[in-house]
Amino acid sequence: MFYREAGQFKTSYASDQAVFPILQDRIGVFIILAIAFVVIPLTGNDFIINAVMIPFLVFSLAAIGLNLLTGYTGQLSLGTGAFMGVGAYACYKLTTIYPGVNIIIWVIASGFFAAAVGAVFGLPSLRIKGFYLAIATLAAQFFLEWCFIRIPWLYNYNVSAAIEVPQRELFGIIVTGPRASAETRYYIVLSIVVVMTWMASNLMHGRIGRMWMAVRDMDIAAELMGIRLLPTKLLAFAISSFYCGVSGALMVFLWYGGAESAVFNINQSFTILFMIIIGGLGSLLGSFLGAALIYILPIILRFVPPQLGIPLHAATIEHITFMTIGALIVFFLIAEPAGLARLWQIGKQKLRVWPFPY
Amino acid sequence: MGILYNIFIDPFVQMGQAPDLFVQTLWEGLVGGMLYALIALGFVLIFKASGVFNFAQGIMVVFAALTLVGLHTAGVPAFLALGLTIAVMFALAWTIERVVLRPLVNQPDIILFMATFGITYFLIGFGEFVFGGDPKVMITEALYLPKGSITYKAFGGIVSLQRLDIVAVIVASIMVAVLAVFFSKTRIGRALRAVADSHSAALSVGISLEQIWVIVWFAAGLVALVTGIFWGARSDVSFALEVIALKALPVLILGGFTSIPGAIVGGLIIGIGEKLGEFYWGPLVGSGTDAWFAYVIALVFLLFRPQGLFGEKIIERV
Repeated sequence: MFYREAGQFKTSYASDQAVFPILQDRIGVFIILAIAFVVIPLTGNDFIINAVMIPFLVFSLAAIGLNLLTGYTGQLSLGTGAFMGVGAYACYKLTTIYPGVNIIIWVIASGFFAAAVGAVFGLPSLRIKGFYLAIATLAAQFFLEWCFIRIPWLYNYNVSAAIEVPQRELFGIIVTGPRASAETRYYIVLSIVVVMTWMASNLMHGRIGRMWMAVRDMDIAAELMGIRLLPTKLLAFAISSFYCGVSGALMVFLWYGGAESAVFNINQSFTILFMIIIGGLGSLLGSFLGAALIYILPIILRFVPPQLGIPLHAATIEHITFMTIGALIVFFLIAEPAGLARLWQIGKQKLRVWPFPY
Repeated sequence: MGILYNIFIDPFVQMGQAPDLFVQTLWEGLVGGMLYALIALGFVLIFKASGVFNFAQGIMVVFAALTLVGLHTAGVPAFLALGLTIAVMFALAWTIERVVLRPLVNQPDIILFMATFGITYFLIGFGEFVFGGDPKVMITEALYLPKGSITYKAFGGIVSLQRLDIVAVIVASIMVAVLAVFFSKTRIGRALRAVADSHSAALSVGISLEQIWVIVWFAAGLVALVTGIFWGARSDVSFALEVIALKALPVLILGGFTSIPGAIVGGLIIGIGEKLGEFYWGPLVGSGTDAWFAYVIALVFLLFRPQGLFGEKIIERV
């Protein structure tokens, strides 16, 4: 009733091919951005911003990165955690070597290091496919994780073998380090995530995105149509790792404030993979929805039993959380294998014809 | 030059100088490889029959071992507990088929793969919920597994073999032989291979997919139980064992997802390669290489044979 495109005529190619062709969608996106930029910093407390919103955005960015590779290009990767680690360690090295440079520039620049490493580990993708490739990317995961521990130069020979985020200022405001305010960090993460999502969306609607999707649907057919597989796949690995690297740098610099190599272990890779599969492969919206579900669900589960007055042991809650997540993953897969993004589309379709059944 | 010497010559000189140490390392690699091969075998059974890449195999190993130990601690005699555990594994196979696989028939591989992740999480939570999260000791004595070691004077030194390892290798070999006979000689085995070749063709000649799936998951559960007993006896039974499933993955790609001999040969290559690599080449780069060495071996093999050593040739058509 309210959500209907009737009467909205498209009179130019630009409006026809817009990312959000329907007026209500544009309003919706604007409202979401307004909530994210204005309402949450004004109303949210430290817990909401620090423990919910910042991690959610960081994970969303990593999920977008993996989705570019797995969802759009069809190359299954289990090395996301390590690529995030490359970004984090690169950013740490850069900012300790050149402390004077704007930290945001280093966060973005660290993405390029991750991209280079990602492209190198993407090389086998030309010959290896499917699950075989997934396990080949595990080689990247374990090798890089080993590097983070065994190469002391990466963490400046710290005794703790961990990276500690130094304090950096931007226009007189403390941005990183323990004294930075949650709101500042939130704004920086949010801005970077919004800009990079917008870039990803443009990428997907353009030539590169179409090439990737052609490769995903059938790489031999794509090759016959004149798409060069090696550059295309390597580009996918590079850009995906770029996103993961930036998200890793954000994670350490603007959320954790310090990290050791265990943060970037195999479980991190799996978590990001869960997010995109539950959220929807090949969907930017799905990356956000998946990140929200997988990250925020355990938080809620941990809070529900005490709120209901059920006295449970902390360990028991942990076990039940695990069981619930497992059961929910299976449930969501059975209910809608194409992910939450597809559910959202179905919901929109229902909304269009509401209150009529069809 | 020094580096080249250290990489290409020095390790072999060391091997020549202390053959007893070399044989000892080789044996440990062999035993480790046999156990990797067992986990990989569970993967292969399920992948062959249903095309599901079963990530839950590692947790099934832990779950089987935990059930066995848990039942025994609750006062059930060891062999009755063994029987009950087998029953539990059957119930698990039946439930998974009924609850997870059947609604997901004909979904893309990655969705089924993801579903096994769901199973993994559920089993971790369930296992810890029922049996507690603290590590347990495998009931080796109650199962009449030998302990101690046999020492030989050979190769100009002393080589010591754990009795448990010898039994593990024997049991694993018997199990592989039994599975091979089962696959090639029995009616169900033939049905399994038919399903592996083509689901729809198998259905059309009257083979029940549901039944076959329960059987393979049950067989994988049995393999998991045996693996769990021997891994559990070597370390302790806890959810940390789960990581060994990740170690079985390079074994799988090395051997090929669909080949039982591949799983065995792959397991041995990885097990031995990993131990020798860590022992002779590891110190050059600062040890701890066994975390990734197996994957690099597998990757190198894959670059030459993308379908693994024994995998079926991948034919692609447009």
